[in-house]
Formats: sequence, C-alpha cells, structure tokens
Amino acid sequence: MIDRVIDSRGLDSFDLRFMGLIAVILSVGVLSIYSVTHSQDTAFPFYLKQLVWILLGTVAFLVMYLSDYHKIARLAYPTYAVILIMLAVVLFMGKSSRGAQRWIPIGPFAFQPSEFAKLVLVLVLANYYSRASRVGWLHRVVLPGLIVLPGLLLILKQPDLGSGLSFLAVYAAMLLMVGVRSKALGIILLLSVMLFPFVWEVVWASLHDYQRERVMAFVDPDYDPGGKGYHALQSRIAIGSGELSGKGLYGGTQSQLKFLPEGHTDFVFAVYAEEWGFVGVLVLLALFIALIWVSLEIAARAKDTLGALLAAGIVAMLCFCVVVNIGMTAGMFPIVGIPLPLVSYGGSATIMTMASLGLLLNVKRRRLTLFY
Amino acid sequence: MATVGYNDSDLLDLQRRLVILRVGLLLVVALLALRLWHLQIREGPYYRDLSENNRTRSVVLEPARGLIFDRNGVLLANNVPSFALYVTLEDVKDRQALVGQLASLLALDPEVIQKKLSTGKGGKLQPRKVKDRLTLREATLIESHRLDLPGVMIQVESQRNYPAGDVAAHLLGYVGEVSADQLEKPDFADLHQGSIVGQYGVEKWFDRQVRGRAGQKSVEVDALGHEKRAIVSDKPLAGDDLYLTIDAKLQKIAEDLLGDESGAIVALDPTNGDILAMASRPGFDPNVLSKELTNKQWVEIVQNERRPLNNRATQGQYPPGSTFKVVMAAAALESNTVTPSTMVRCNGGYQFGNRLFHDWKQGGHGSVDMNEALIHSCDVYFYTVGQRMGIDTIAEYAKQFGLGQETGVELPSERVGIVPSTAWKQRARNQPWYPGETISAAIGQGYVTVTPLQMASVIGTVANDGLSIKPRLVQAVMNRTTGERAEFPPTVRGKVAVKPATLALIKSALADVVTKGTATRAKSPLVTIGGKTGTAQTAALRTGPEKDIPKKFRDHAWFVAFAPVEAPRIAVAVLAEHMGHGGSAAAPLAKDVIEAYVKAYPQVLPGAPASGRAKSPAVPVDARPKT
Repeated sequence: MIDRVIDSRGLDSFDLRFMGLIAVILSVGVLSIYSVTHSQDTAFPFYLKQLVWILLGTVAFLVMYLSDYHKIARLAYPTYAVILIMLAVVLFMGKSSRGAQRWIPIGPFAFQPSEFAKLVLVLVLANYYSRASRVGWLHRVVLPGLIVLPGLLLILKQPDLGSGLSFLAVYAAMLLMVGVRSKALGIILLLSVMLFPFVWEVVWASLHDYQRERVMAFVDPDYDPGGKGYHALQSRIAIGSGELSGKGLYGGTQSQLKFLPEGHTDFVFAVYAEEWGFVGVLVLLALFIALIWVSLEIAARAKDTLGALLAAGIVAMLCFCVVVNIGMTAGMFPIVGIPLPLVSYGGSATIMTMASLGLLLNVKRRRLTLFY
Repeated sequence: MATVGYNDSDLLDLQRRLVILRVGLLLVVALLALRLWHLQIREGPYYRDLSENNRTRSVVLEPARGLIFDRNGVLLANNVPSFALYVTLEDVKDRQALVGQLASLLALDPEVIQKKLSTGKGGKLQPRKVKDRLTLREATLIESHRLDLPGVMIQVESQRNYPAGDVAAHLLGYVGEVSADQLEKPDFADLHQGSIVGQYGVEKWFDRQVRGRAGQKSVEVDALGHEKRAIVSDKPLAGDDLYLTIDAKLQKIAEDLLGDESGAIVALDPTNGDILAMASRPGFDPNVLSKELTNKQWVEIVQNERRPLNNRATQGQYPPGSTFKVVMAAAALESNTVTPSTMVRCNGGYQFGNRLFHDWKQGGHGSVDMNEALIHSCDVYFYTVGQRMGIDTIAEYAKQFGLGQETGVELPSERVGIVPSTAWKQRARNQPWYPGETISAAIGQGYVTVTPLQMASVIGTVANDGLSIKPRLVQAVMNRTTGERAEFPPTVRGKVAVKPATLALIKSALADVVTKGTATRAKSPLVTIGGKTGTAQTAALRTGPEKDIPKKFRDHAWFVAFAPVEAPRIAVAVLAEHMGHGGSAAAPLAKDVIEAYVKAYPQVLPGAPASGRAKSPAVPVDARPKT
C-alpha cells in the first residue's frame, strides 16, 4: 500500500541529480572509449557496444530501483549460490583472455560472473547482518567471513586479483558499518585493504627483480604477460603528458598510437587524463566524489539497518574500484585488473554498477515512506 | 515490516561510522589528486616530451649462447661481455654527420656504417647494430661524445669466446652475424639483423639449441635518444649447453702431432661412435673469425692456398691408397673370390693388356696369401683379386663399410668421397667402365676417394666386429633453464655382411702389420695396435727419388689403426698430406694418439677392472640389429 503511494510521487530533484551524475560519468566513459577505438575498423565498434551495455544497465537500474529492496535481499542467498556455481563453471569451461579464465561466453559476448559477485556479496552480507542482532566474534566476524570465503577463493583462482580485493573491501566495509567489538578491527581491516597497495609498493621496492617476478607470477600470472612494468610506464607517460589542459579529444598520442594497451578498459582513465589534462581529471574526480557523497547521504538516512548496510556496502565497493583503478593507472599501486566504474568499457561491470546504483536509489526511495 | 533486527541505536552508530568513511574517502581522493598533480603538472613537461617523441624504444636483449664442453667438462666455448654500438635513426638529426663522426671515432669505413644503417627489418625506431666488440677505449670515447652523438647507444652484450684458441676450431666452428640470405629462411625467422648465429662446426649444426631466445626491454630515452631507464619486459633465455664427445687434451695432442703440416687425425671409440679427437691442420682461431672481419681479412683467409677453413677430416677427399685393402680383403673373402689360403704370385708387377701395373716393392713379394698380402701390403695380390671380383663387387662392400656416403657426423658440409662403379662412371662421367680402372681402384687409387673420418669409421667397424656405429660429436645437450640433460644414445648404422671369421683374419693380419709388417713404427710398449698403412699418389708423374720431388707433388701418407687389438676401444685414421709413406710419416702419429689415449683412460686396456671400462659405455648388445 505504501509502495503504491510512493510510486505515484515520481522522481524528485534528489533523484534527478543522482541520475544526472551517473549520466555525465557514463558519457565521459563513452567519449573516451570512442576516442581510443574510433580508428578501429569494425562493424560494431566498442563505443556502440558500450551504449548497448548502458541500455541494458538502465534496465537493470530500473528493475533494482522499482522492486522492494527487502524482497531483493531475501533472494540474496540463492543468488549467491548461483554466482558460486557460475564462478566454478568459469574455472572449468570459461573463456580465457590474457591467460585468465574470467568469462562465460554467451553468443558473441562474454559474461563475467565475478563482477556480479561483488553486488551479490553486498546483498548477502547486508541481509545477514540485518536479520538478527549479530553479537560476538563468531556472529559478527567469523560466520560472515565463512560466507565470503568460497567466492573469494574461486575468484582468486581465476586469477582475478582485482575482484578478489574488491570482495575483501566489501567485507571490511560491512564489518566497519556493523561495528565490531573492537571497532579498531574494522578500521584496521578496511585500512589494510585500502593501504595494501601502498604497503605492497614499499615491500615491492625492496625486492629483487626475479623475486618480484615470482611474486607477480604467483598472484597474477597473466595480467600483463611479457610486460611487467610496460603498462605502468605507458600509463604514466599518457597521464603525465596530458599536463594541465590535456591534448584534446583524439589528441592522446600514447593511446592513439597504441603504446598504451587496454586503453578502453582498465586504462581508460589514462586516456581521459591524456586528452583532458589535470583540469579534466579534477572534474572527473569531483563527479565521483559527488556521486559517492550523495550515496553516503542515502546510507546515512536509510530507514532500516538493511537499507543502510546495502547502501554502505555499495558505496564502499564503488569507492574501492575508483580509488584503486585511478591509483594503478597513476602508478601508485601495482596493476590489478579493476575497471573504473561507469567509465571503463565492459558489459558485466557496467550493468553491475548501474544495478547497484539502482538499488541505492531504491533505499533512498523507501526512506521517504517514513516521512509521509 | 519485513526486516528484523532493526533498532534505532544501531542506525545512530552507523551514522557515526559513515563519517569515518567520508573522511577516509576525502583523504584518499586528495592523495590521488596530489599524485596526478605531480604527474601532470610537476613532471608534465617531461612526460609530454617522452610521449611526443614516443620516447620508448624496444631493444632486443641478445641471449647468451649455450656453453660447449668436452667429454670431461672442459670448457671449450663460453661468452664474455663486450660493448656493442647501436644507432636509432629516429633520434638521429643529421645522418651524414653522424656517419662521419662514427667513422673517425671507430676507424671504420663510412660506407660500412651506411650499409649497416640502411639494412634490416623494422622502421626508424628499431635500433641497428653498427659495431660490436668495441674496445674499452672506443666505448669510453663514444660515451664521452654522447652529447654530440644523438641516437647512439652502447649496449653490453655477450661475446662468444673460445678459451683454448684454435684447439678444435673446425669442430666448434665460429659464430657471426646472421646474413641477409639466412634471415629469409624459416630457421632464422625469430632473428633480426645483428643476431649472432653459428656459421660453422657444431655452432652451426646445433645453432637452434645453442642460440637461445632473445628477450626484449623497453628503454625510456631522452631527447637525444640516450637511455634513461630500462624495463625488461621479456628476459632472454640462454641457449642449451653442448657436451662434446672429444677429449680436449687428446684433441690438442693430435693437433700438435700434425704441427705445421697439412692433414687430419680422427680418433673414435668404435664401440659407441664417440669421436675422441678430430684434428685438421692448418687451423684457425675461431675468436678471430667470430669478430666482424674486414673484407680484406676475409679474402686473406678464404684465398689462403692451404685452406685453413677446410676441415680435412670431413671435407678432405683423398684416395685411400693401401688402407683400402682392408675393405678389399673383406670383399674378396666374403664374395668367395679367394679363400684365406689362396696364393698369388707377385713378381713386382701385374700385366694387364699392354700396361704393366707395378708393385710398390721392386722385385715383388713372391707367393703370398691373404694374410701376408695384408701384412706386406702386396699390390699385385690385390690387383689380382680386384680384377677377379670386378668393380661392382668392390663398390658393394665399400658402401657397406660406409664409404661414398655421409657418416652423419654433426658437422655441416660433410663430403662423401667416391666409390666408383660401372653405374657411377656412366652417371658421373657418361663413359663406360674400363677394366684397367678396376686395378687402380683395387689399391685405393684411381677414382676412389674417402675422407679421414670415413676411414676411421671403416677401421672402427672392422675393430668392432662388423658393427658400424654412427660417429658422433655431441654426447648430451643441457637445458640451462631447467638443468635437464638430454643424452644422445649411440646410433647403430648397421652390421656389415662379413663373417666373424673373415673379420678375425683381417684383424689378426692388421696386428701383424704393426708387429712385423709395413707399420713397425706404430709398435707400442703400452698397448697392442693393429693397423694398415697407405700411400696415396697425388701425381702420375714420378721420377727420381722422393726428396727431389717438389712437396706439393709428394704422396699423402695414410695410417688407419685400432687398439687394443684384444678389445678395441679406439680407432684412428691419420692422413698427412704430401708426407710420403704411410708407414714412416703417418703410423708414428697414430701410435702417439693411441698411447696418449690409453694413458689417460687406462681402463680401456685389457685386464682393467670392469667398472672402469663402463665409463664410456658401449652399445648394448640388444641394440644391435639382426643381420
């Protein structure tokens, strides 16, 4: 009954601002993808494909927005089971790309379950913590940890270090939100995940070449085959050469001349930074901060624990991906495969991110029921 | 309400915690912005410069060639660091000026530099090797002029080195830059201009294993094209190590025995085909040939009348002379042309038609049987049996012993010699075979030619009771990365269709050649030796005593031998060009090689402990084909 009342109210200015931000960031992505791949002579270029993903993402957004998030949360466990099966399937019969098995081919496209696993994990954990008062180490930390573990292991086995770290980040963020007996634990966990790359860099610098190669070969054997350091260097050159105002659209020589690999996916930020310079970078950072700020607002004003935890989990996931992706393209972190949300080319990631944001807005919409 | 576990205090707590997230987020984003400011504003111009000129160069990292060892692990070929000079045309502002500068600094022909710069795959971004083996002085000279030499890079590379100098030079071979013709071939597809490949010897034969795989690095260069920073993206893989069958000490002894004379000595283990030594003189220093030679130096070597690059052991084709009588004896007995007791009367000559064929001994040997004919190398006996057998029977047995075909040793451009027959004459000369020619062939003259390696294999086959093992130079190949050692087992070529009794008779006669026949100078107190002398005529015109004949018309001296007679473990062929009689010039050399061998490997002597004899394993009996 209440739902019906709210539905009829339609969208308010907050919703429009939220969706506007998403649309602007998506446009930045399509433009950069177009810039770096427009010279490729294919019938179905990447930017058009990305538009299709955005269309599908919009559908996902609306579905998540319009359903009751309590009902969605109730489906969390079965969905998680399905995702786990898919992750297992990927290992055995998935499509290899750059040596890692992350995709399930569907016709001409490939579906990447590990992307969706992130959102499903947010749902599962939020659902878990909201069901009952979870007190004590066992219920607060260990049991949810056991829920996270199978998914994490399957993802790391692919190997997909980036998604694995996102998984840990979501878990840590949830712990922080529900509060552990010693709050410090949650903070430490979150910080250690966030700071892992920094620490890594320090340890990294102290290692010999061959040790690094062994470590890298162990954690992520195939991400950068035959070119450890090459991506990082080219990416730094691309970003740095953008200087203050950038080289303009199509002006990025690094990316246009193909010295920068993966320019439309994981390294799209470098392409953007080269073409739009530090000014453009600040604008994009501001857009992301605004989006995250608004999302945190939703989390803070959620009407119930489930809503708050869902929102917080989604925000944490979003933050993590943005920070780690930009950090790695800027040469602060080692390179792990994490796309820039809403900007990098990729069907699974785009649809998943938009679905998450739909769910987020859903939380906000339900909040209003209490006030009317 | 669908949810449980909801309470207000939880939510209040949560709000506080969200503040932490906000602050943390702002901090991290501020860090990111700071980093991007550093990259784009502070270091922006530097990176702009890098990107504008696309300031990364892909430089090939040459792999280290595999090492080469002798059978006991003595190092025969390794690599030492050296400086190489590369030029990247993209970074060169004035090509003519640069060529002039380099020519004067390195004392090179400007045309040579121009040629280096204009050949090879890849565009202007691909660095080209202009010179390697720079001296330290040259390298420092270039480095001190680097500001005036945009686009010039000095790279440290590994350079092939042969520590023993000219020892085993023909076997090891040498290396050199891959040629333009070679680059066209599929075997060299993964190489590029400037790559080093084996050009001779086992270096060439096993090049694919020894070569290794090149790596690559990305080099960040400054505006002058000089290296700032390098990232190895693909490490070079070292080539495989080769373990040769030769004994470096024995090899050196054999080479020193030939000294300044021209000739070849081959020593092999007849039981497994291991070549223990293969000397060919005159030789060369592979260190010199592996350098880049000037045209003049190259012409000097190639046009040297004594042809030092020729491996006389595998490429020299000589008439076998009387050493061929070993094959003749087997053929005559086995084809039932004669029995061991068949007597032939030798008066010092053999009349055929209107021509008289002389025996080497004026007045002749009297009545001789097979045994005596071998011991004293009676020509008339073999003229007679040769004439009775006919050339095609001789050819059939010669081929069984491996003459007229490659031994299959792992060396490039092996020659096969000639086993004449009626069919061969028709094919090669388009003429019928004349019966008189059989008489010359019967004593290893006329059309018959062989290589010293083939003769070593022939005498080895006799010594090994008719079982012919393929001569081999390489025992094992070791993968440097995995440490895996792949042994090459001996290969059985076949068993000659000669009865054991026949071989026993020949072996005993050859032992008597040394004790009381034509090769008493090969007699050794250390070990029993069997052998056959030979003297290969080089000129038909023979007048006056030996010492009056100009050296280049004198005969070649041959000696083929095996030891110990009881259970042979070494077979030797000695060929000394223009040294006269085999018995006097060649036999002592063979004796010295055999003595050196049994001194170094006393376990091969009869009566030595069995465990010692296993060191150089013979072919297991079950590997022998049935005949």
